[in-house]
Amino acid sequence: MISLTHVLTLSGILFAIGVAGVFLNRKNIIVLLMCIELMLLAVNFNFVAFSRFLGDIGGQIFVFFILTVAAAEAAIGLAILVVLFRERRSIDVEDLDTLQG
Amino acid sequence: MFPTILFFVFAAVLICAALGVILARNPVHSALLLVLCFFTSAVIWLLLDAEFLAIVLVLVYVGAVMVLFLFVVMMLDINIEEFRKGLAGYWPLAAAVAGFVVFAILNVIVVRHLGGMSLRVAPALPADYSNTRTLGTALFTRYAYPAQVAAVILLVASVAAIVLTLRRRKGGKPQNISRQVAARARDRVRIVKMASEKRP
Repeated sequence: MISLTHVLTLSGILFAIGVAGVFLNRKNIIVLLMCIELMLLAVNFNFVAFSRFLGDIGGQIFVFFILTVAAAEAAIGLAILVVLFRERRSIDVEDLDTLQG
Repeated sequence: MFPTILFFVFAAVLICAALGVILARNPVHSALLLVLCFFTSAVIWLLLDAEFLAIVLVLVYVGAVMVLFLFVVMMLDINIEEFRKGLAGYWPLAAAVAGFVVFAILNVIVVRHLGGMSLRVAPALPADYSNTRTLGTALFTRYAYPAQVAAVILLVASVAAIVLTLRRRKGGKPQNISRQVAARARDRVRIVKMASEKRP
């Protein structure tokens, strides 16, 4: 029997992997966006698990909206990335210091 | 018993794929491993009786978002080796932060049992339970206005993505609609009255 503890532990590990990925790939914006997707997936796991174990469909509705917003975020993020690459010929985070003054 | 074994197998695959996403040298490999993550997550959501969301995860994420990621990764001509320089020293910090996050979450779940909630058993579903029907009923009654807002967010996002990446080429010959509409016949054609000329 799958218990709530199992799913929440899995989602916690997944979230931690996403956080670690932000540290390990600090330079590459594309992989940073992928790590954000991993963390959002972990959050969705929590919502689905609580929705199932509390018998409330509201959690799954929330997952629906999170998926929507994540898709919008990915689309705009990648569009910004393409524009950035066109201007600077680089997607290294450390090259983005124009506003540093 | 069998669903539990399936859960552990797919959870192991999911964690290995997630580690692969953050450790792969090539962003293309990261994107493909993230696709594997989404597939295994969809299977686990199926085990949790969230069938509709599992299908949506595969269709929307694997079908649209990850294809977009792969497209951008392959379109941008980036130097892969350059990104790894000087970041090798960060793995103790990353491991420490990740370990702290896991420790904090496990402290809440395992030690404190979420205030007794984690011992709860999943309620049995009726035989004619339809996840899609339940989700759709809730989405279009109680959550109708949030659904509209989500639609507006998607519209704004798609318009923003197009506007951001739109590039006007120099030397193109686009139509100027207002000038076309404002043009009069007398600006273009001049009618001249003159006597007919004789043949020489």
